[in-house]
Amino acid sequence: MAVTVSPESDTVATPIQRAFREALYAGAVSLGLFVLFIGLRTDQNISNELILVQRWGLLALVVILTAVGRFLYVGFGQPALERAKAQKAAAPAVAAEPSFVRRNFNKIGIAVLFLYPIAMVLLFGFQGSLKWVDNFGIQILIYVMLAWGLNIVIGLAGLLDLGYVAFYAVGAYAYALLGTHFGLSFWILLPAAGCMAAFWGVMLGFPVLRLRGDYLAIVTLAFGEIIRLVLINWREVTNGSAGISGIPKVSFFGLISFNVSDPNYISKVLGIAQSGAYYKIFLYYLILLLCLLTAFVTIRLRRLPVGRAWEALREDEIACRSLGINTTTTKLTAFATGAMFGGFAGSFFAARQGFVSPESFVFLESAIILAIVVLGGMGSLGGIAVAAAVMIGGTEILRELDFLKTGLRWGDTTLIPGFGPDFTPELYRMLLFGVAMVVVMLWKPRGFVGSREPTAFLKERRAVSGSFTKEGHG
Amino acid sequence: MNATPSSSDFILQVEHLSMKFGGLIAIGDLSFQARRGEITALIGPNGAGKTTVFNCITGFYKPSEGMITLNRKDGSSYLLERLPNHEIPARAKVARTFQNIRLFSGMTLLENLLVAQHNKLMKASGYTFLGLFGFSSYRQASAESIELAKHWLEKANLVDRADDPAGDLPYGAQRRLEIARAMCTGPELLCLDEPAAGLNPKESAALNELLNDIKDNTGTSILLIEHDMSVVMQISDHVVVLEYGRKISDGSPQSVRTDPRVIAAYLGVDDEEVETVLTEVGDEAVIEQLDTGPDSAHGPGSSASMMAGPVSDSVEHADQGERVTVSRGASKAAQVDARARAAVASKPVKPVAAAKPASPAPAKPTGRSPTPKPRGGRK
Repeated sequence: MAVTVSPESDTVATPIQRAFREALYAGAVSLGLFVLFIGLRTDQNISNELILVQRWGLLALVVILTAVGRFLYVGFGQPALERAKAQKAAAPAVAAEPSFVRRNFNKIGIAVLFLYPIAMVLLFGFQGSLKWVDNFGIQILIYVMLAWGLNIVIGLAGLLDLGYVAFYAVGAYAYALLGTHFGLSFWILLPAAGCMAAFWGVMLGFPVLRLRGDYLAIVTLAFGEIIRLVLINWREVTNGSAGISGIPKVSFFGLISFNVSDPNYISKVLGIAQSGAYYKIFLYYLILLLCLLTAFVTIRLRRLPVGRAWEALREDEIACRSLGINTTTTKLTAFATGAMFGGFAGSFFAARQGFVSPESFVFLESAIILAIVVLGGMGSLGGIAVAAAVMIGGTEILRELDFLKTGLRWGDTTLIPGFGPDFTPELYRMLLFGVAMVVVMLWKPRGFVGSREPTAFLKERRAVSGSFTKEGHG
Repeated sequence: MNATPSSSDFILQVEHLSMKFGGLIAIGDLSFQARRGEITALIGPNGAGKTTVFNCITGFYKPSEGMITLNRKDGSSYLLERLPNHEIPARAKVARTFQNIRLFSGMTLLENLLVAQHNKLMKASGYTFLGLFGFSSYRQASAESIELAKHWLEKANLVDRADDPAGDLPYGAQRRLEIARAMCTGPELLCLDEPAAGLNPKESAALNELLNDIKDNTGTSILLIEHDMSVVMQISDHVVVLEYGRKISDGSPQSVRTDPRVIAAYLGVDDEEVETVLTEVGDEAVIEQLDTGPDSAHGPGSSASMMAGPVSDSVEHADQGERVTVSRGASKAAQVDARARAAVASKPVKPVAAAKPASPAPAKPTGRSPTPKPRGGRK
């Protein structure tokens, strides 16, 4: 083989020999591991007796896959990696001109997001685009907005908030209650919900100001649970765990409605055929604009003294105080601003679902939002958006993987057997979520985008490596 | 506020300052003044309470007793012990640096200096709201703040690295940057906690130059803690010496340098060394008297009584590790005192001219004679 250039590999054996040996070992280990897990399966037969189902074919497949994988990795993967490393070390460090896509990543991303529903409608028709616009587009963008809001608290100010979903809940219930009882419009209630969430952000902020690190995390976690329990138990107002339904739809500033019965229903105004897709596409652009608002405000705030003070607070609180920065109000503004965007997202969520219940605001949601922020790279908007797309889009895509049930077929012959019709891949999403987090954290400990963009520069703007920034300590 | 006409020469007046941590006395009844436009050095052995004094002045600690008055140029006075922590730099215009450098390491040098101008920029940005909508007043203030930052980067000789993260700088440059950052707050009193620690002689000389430049060109008075005597003796106009939380000497660098109490505090005094010390100051009569006092089994009952028990000086919430436990009779200056008093008892002329009693504690009857001879002092 031509791959024997690495200095280590020819000391003992050629990589292929070694790979062959290691593949045998790996096969043996996986056989030992999986013989009972996969080879035998207990089941009930028709007369309710326990029987053993033998799956030697599947076992053989797994063992062979393991062995082949090990063979390929040791035989070809490792030498290739070593060669790449050696090449990198040999070549002088030349700052490569970033490619066109990389330089204009944000503009291209925004353009793609604006064209996305149109492309989906063209590809799948109005009815077919529903799934792509709603389940993927809107769902991901809600999480992008939530994660960008949380990014202000965690990524910029360095305050670990595990109860962020509480502000999401406050926003959702603010819209649900005020909208159903008083019939106020979404456009009034959106800022109102934001203000209310910000108010609760300050309410949470006051008692926890003196706490740092783990203690802060625990108290915010408790705060999130308190809000949820209040929503469950305050039945007279929140209708308990049954939730609130019949939340009014958003209208286009009162000019165009999306209720079929209204006189100004969109298809009547524009003279087009009725479809539920118009509302979803409208909601998509609405949440997209809300996301862009969040991004705009975050970028602006970072260049203002308050944003710099947040980042300085993350770096060193004592130094901040020695420079005359009021850390109390700085922390409170971070909590309030983050909570406000959570409230916006919450009221949008209520409008989109038409139904809210405490079920939607469990701790897991906070954990997912936090995971997105950490995976994306704390403080980086682009990285967080990518992480949200991967995480939320990835779990949604699991629902689409029908071939896992049926198996891979070529005509009438089954190439690889599936897991059967009762296999539901979406149940594995938390497993995949965890695996993905471990992999990303090993590969990029600071998230997808670990570096930090400076907010001001004298000569040239150079990204600050993640190894210098601190995560904050509370 | 005791803004008497004479006090306006002093930018900082510390009066009867005490700091107790539980039962431990880190600073005991300390009084000194810092003159406007001068460099005042605060020196003393490790654990003498210098950083605790700084933490009291800059509001990180609230003193147990005493008064710290800051007189600004415009005539206003502030009682620093009553101001909240962050208002001391903002209103009283006192800036400080830290013994263990505290930069915003993930932010660029320029950003570090911009954060220091927070309060000014915050006003200019209409407490964020005007700035958020891009009003021109903020843009102008922002440009001015960058100019000021550039000015101080040039002074600190760091302008080439303005766009690098602060954590990437070498140690000496980080020290200079921290001073530049403190100066960007526009202070009238700059408190430097060991600015020369860990610097090589060349960097140390550059630091002296920078500090003299600050003193001469900005009118900022400087209060500094320093162990590096080359820095202290060259640039300071006035030196205050602490040992175990008490002032043992106060004066010009020359007078402090020859003060036997200071020498004793720094070098540590054995019974034999005390003789040497006093001999050096030229009082041979002292030596004869030295060993005449009766031995006391319980150490120097008179000298360090208020300091009996361990004293801890915990800096920055005790994460610094600078912690001192005082055993009975540890104060070297007090030993010199004791011997000097023994000498006075036999000879009416005061043997050591520079040595004033550091703290006329009520527990210390000055006329007591013969003074018990201290034993068991640590080296």
